[in-house]
Amino acid sequence: MTAMSPSSPGLAIETHDLVRVFGSERAVDGVDLAIPTGGVYGVLGPNGAGKTTTIRMLATLLEPTSGTALVLGHDVVREAAKVRARVALTGQFASLDEDLTGHENLTLLARMYGFGRAAARHRADELLEAFDLVDAAKRQVKAYSGGMRRRIDVAGSLVVRPDLMFLDEPTTGLDPRSRNQVWGIVRALVGAGTTVLLTTQYLEEADQLADRIAVIDRGRVIAEGTSGELKASVGSGALHVRVADTAEREEVARLLAESLDAVPVLESDPSAISMRVAAPGRVAAALQRVGEHGLAVTEYALGQPSLDEVFLALTGRPAQENDPTDQEVPA
Amino acid sequence: MTTQRESGAETLVERTPDEQIAAALGSGARPDLPGPVSSSFSFAWRALLKIKHVPEQLFDVTMFPIMFTLMFTFVFGGAIAGSPQDYLQYALPGILTQTVVFITMYTALTINTDIEKGVFDRFRSLPVWRPSLLVGALLGDTLRYAMASFMVLVVGVVIGYRAPGGVLGVLLAVLLLLAFCFALSWLWLIVGFKVRTPNAVMGVSMMVLFPLTFISSVFAPPETMPGWLRAFVDVNPVTLLNEAARGLMNDNPDAGDILIVLVMSVAITAVFAPLALRLYNRRT
Repeated sequence: MTAMSPSSPGLAIETHDLVRVFGSERAVDGVDLAIPTGGVYGVLGPNGAGKTTTIRMLATLLEPTSGTALVLGHDVVREAAKVRARVALTGQFASLDEDLTGHENLTLLARMYGFGRAAARHRADELLEAFDLVDAAKRQVKAYSGGMRRRIDVAGSLVVRPDLMFLDEPTTGLDPRSRNQVWGIVRALVGAGTTVLLTTQYLEEADQLADRIAVIDRGRVIAEGTSGELKASVGSGALHVRVADTAEREEVARLLAESLDAVPVLESDPSAISMRVAAPGRVAAALQRVGEHGLAVTEYALGQPSLDEVFLALTGRPAQENDPTDQEVPA
Repeated sequence: MTTQRESGAETLVERTPDEQIAAALGSGARPDLPGPVSSSFSFAWRALLKIKHVPEQLFDVTMFPIMFTLMFTFVFGGAIAGSPQDYLQYALPGILTQTVVFITMYTALTINTDIEKGVFDRFRSLPVWRPSLLVGALLGDTLRYAMASFMVLVVGVVIGYRAPGGVLGVLLAVLLLLAFCFALSWLWLIVGFKVRTPNAVMGVSMMVLFPLTFISSVFAPPETMPGWLRAFVDVNPVTLLNEAARGLMNDNPDAGDILIVLVMSVAITAVFAPLALRLYNRRT
């Protein structure tokens, strides 16, 4: 162990003005992060926001153009080897060898962490058992299903328990059951004392797993806090309404928008409307007015905004760009 | 979390998946990290496993030289040297050289595919001596060169090639080829880092390797070529390598030729290995 590093105590990751330029594009454009030890930290942003580039720099795979980053108290450039000894990395850009079997992949990784031949094979067995992959142990990884693939990828990072684990979009493209399994794994990992930094495009995922969230857009952190703080910062509630007759949806949306002075969003569900309202007190009256016009509402809820709405409020556009299902009604 | 088991009730003590994972994490022995030699050999082991699982990659490496040996011997042999047998005696050492030089490009292809698939970054994030991934890959490649040499020699012997230099001469010639191609592989690593896709790697390497191996003393004696072409053939590294290897196999080794090849190998390594390692560490 070397002398105490100058980082603040209790921080797993600390970056100052981290920048990475590719050609003329500033992929990461001055990111400041202070991520506490323990728990899950979510980095949320659309495709191309700079999430993966940030992680690759933190995992010592890519040198920053400028700025500093300390991971577990070690500088990612000057003390890269010390960082690598304590972190693990899983993601689309850090996967296993598809030509090898699951067992061979894990054995290989165990060898890289210093296990002897027999001990490495034994560790591979243990991990396959824990991740419910015993039946697939002798199959090539390229033959794995999406969920199995993600599990073996994660298992590969846990040959020895890392102090910090980077998970880059671990559930992208997974079915709900596999996604729940991955979430379970993340929680188990945190329970064992590992700090998890998770990037995701899914607001629900950040909401479910992360203790704190940084919202990244165009290479910059545009908001940071707990899910509750982020929602509160938007400063208004969200009204969700379902209509009885889908044909009446636009009319209901128009009436509500008029009474509440809000912009309605027609959800992909043909009977659902949502809108952010600045004055929740007027919602009851607005709903009553809908009834007076002979239109029926089957369900309504007034609550905190979803992270989707937070993102919209922060950036002026939805998190999932080019998403054709949500459309704004021309007012 | 709910527990769902597809694989039937094989255990009496039912643990939830999360508990199993927690248990696997808890048993975390943490051995000392491996040294550079150990990690390099582990990566070489990976290259062997890949040959086992994807034997097709050896087809490219072996079918091609076998085809060339047969084709050149029986199609052109009579015309070039009077009889296929005579030509085989001349050309086989050359075909051996050409084969091994040609398959060095698979080094670039392998590393490029690794980058594309994301395996590369996973391995680079491991707490081992960083160049061991490259050294291991080159060790695996060298084994492939040895296998391909063996194939060519077997086919050659079957259709009547006899090396005047005997087993020792052949062995030394193969070792010389391996030494040179190990050095050359560093150059291919750079191509693998720089070129965008595996297909592009194929394209680039064909453009370089076809002229380099054909415009040499591999298939025909340089004395039969026009002067301007000979000027190139005489300085082509493939010619130099080929002459040194051919000398060993024909029992008239030329110390000067061999020395030139060894010096070239050291020089290529000295220039391109640091460059490759630099690119590897900084790869974006």
